[in-house]
Amino acid sequence: MTVEFRALRRTYGATTALDGLDLTVAQGELIALLGPSGCGKTTALRCVAGFETPDSGAVLIDGKDVTRVPANRRDAGMVFQSYSLFPNLNARDNVAFGLRVRRRPTAERHARAAELLALVGLPDHGDRFPHQLSGGQQQRVALARALALQPRVLLLDEPLSALDAKVRVTLREEIRRLQLELGITTVFVTHDQEEALSVADRVAVLRAGRLEQVGAPAEIYDRPATPFVAEFVGTMNHVPGRVTGDRVEVFGRSLPVDGTAPGELVDVLIRPEAVLVTPAEDGGALILASSFRGSTARLRVQLADQSEVLADVPGHDAVRLAPGLRVEVGVVERPVLVTARTSGDQEPAVA
Amino acid sequence: MVAVTPQSSARAVAVGGSGWGRRAVLVVAAAYFLVPLVIAISFTVYNEVQGFSLGAYGRIVTSPGFATSFLTSLALAAVTIVLVLVLLLPAMIAVRLGAPGLRPVLETITTLPLIVPPITYVVGISSALREGADALAATPFWATIIAIQDDRFPVVLVLAYVILALPFAYRSLDAGLRAIDVVTLVEAARNLGASWPHLLLRVIMPNLRSALAGAAFLTLALVLGEYTIAALLGYQTFPVWIVTISGNDGQLSVALSILSLVLIWLLLITLSRASGRKKP
Repeated sequence: MTVEFRALRRTYGATTALDGLDLTVAQGELIALLGPSGCGKTTALRCVAGFETPDSGAVLIDGKDVTRVPANRRDAGMVFQSYSLFPNLNARDNVAFGLRVRRRPTAERHARAAELLALVGLPDHGDRFPHQLSGGQQQRVALARALALQPRVLLLDEPLSALDAKVRVTLREEIRRLQLELGITTVFVTHDQEEALSVADRVAVLRAGRLEQVGAPAEIYDRPATPFVAEFVGTMNHVPGRVTGDRVEVFGRSLPVDGTAPGELVDVLIRPEAVLVTPAEDGGALILASSFRGSTARLRVQLADQSEVLADVPGHDAVRLAPGLRVEVGVVERPVLVTARTSGDQEPAVA
Repeated sequence: MVAVTPQSSARAVAVGGSGWGRRAVLVVAAAYFLVPLVIAISFTVYNEVQGFSLGAYGRIVTSPGFATSFLTSLALAAVTIVLVLVLLLPAMIAVRLGAPGLRPVLETITTLPLIVPPITYVVGISSALREGADALAATPFWATIIAIQDDRFPVVLVLAYVILALPFAYRSLDAGLRAIDVVTLVEAARNLGASWPHLLLRVIMPNLRSALAGAAFLTLALVLGEYTIAALLGYQTFPVWIVTISGNDGQLSVALSILSLVLIWLLLITLSRASGRKKP
């Protein structure tokens, strides 16, 4: 089953939530809609669920236009951001709710509910009421409930955003495992880039109701099509540079420019992990601060011109590269993106 | 989204202040409510001639008009409750889902009956009935306007009571709706294929049990206690009957008031038991 957004437009008064969104989700694919709040990602999802009607454009499920089909006649299971279990029903009856609406016999409902609760790892929780379940368990039950009717499409509206960091990671892996196992076409809305990059087949980055870029996670991260994507996905340093021809000079090195430069004086976009830091007694740069993250450490480094950059170094180098140490700063040799200069001389060169 | 639960208020009391201040407040408040009640009860069971006697309570059952007026009021209450809920609940849910901006408007409209004195309603209703009957005399609606004034079941009182009950029912339902995430529950149910009636009956109402019970109880208490409109429109409801009887027999009328108080308490306890049974 494919899901297709075709020139979708939706405005609320003066704000434009969707501004001509075009996107096709392939059969069995998990696509993540990623973007800042207000970028239209949730509106797009709600158009598939039938909770929003676009002003123009169409939503197609498996090639069929469902734009005007009421929400209760669409074939798309949804998991919501806030806890959405029916408080008056226990986990089993929550999962079986859709079957009950369709007047299936009790035995079938219970069997299906038990099967799904086992699938989401809660085989013994059928009798529990929502208030007796943890947040993560509630979202598992909600997932089971969304899958109970064997929908053709699964819609996930920031299902993990209310959960603890640890639960969030295990549950997103489990969602991915289930999705692959069932081969169900899935649209996953999130504002968390790590979440999007880690579970999706493809990530679609939205901005102001438009699609900025869609591609595999590694492609989005390594080859962002626009400065916005580069900025939003991962952390970016803005380092002043000077363009000559199709190369740009930065940190005393000349690197090839990716795309076209908007002028002579530009900001060069460099990932923290592409910044190289080596101890040097007479180095022009100074480590100001270091935050240890286990496998890596993020350094805040002051350059000779007083601007600052962020650099990620391996965790085992963190002790050696302590704050107060003078260092040399370099950059990994590869094509870089540039934007019109926004960083002044006084402002730090860090976004 | 914040609902005050019994547990949290109980905890707040247990934590607060020193004992004596609280006890003083309790004694004063208790005296304020209990002294008139005790005096009223003693008045009904004691007189200087006979001493202690439950005769006044005995006379209630045998008094002419007790059963009919009480049953009329109960029936009026039942119909009023159903009508208030049928009108108000879908409207409140629709506003929450479709036009949250209209919530203050709805709140203001439902508050109006508290501001306008009942005597104003009576004047309005009686002139509407009189002029309405004249204006509709030549049309088939004339029979309708006569039918709603039937002495055995005055529909016109139900209509008036629905208006009077709005402020209480609205506040009770509003508190209940605030405690649940209506939008998400509705969308979840729609997503699972539920029709509007289905989700109203199976999703919203079960989660509003105590709010519905509260609205029903307040409406019941209102109908069993409303005098002005019924009396001025000339209907023999329970409160009107109490006043009528009290002219002849003071002891009997106070006994009746106490009895109706006890009846309403019993109904309250029953309703709150019924609504609190399933949920923790």
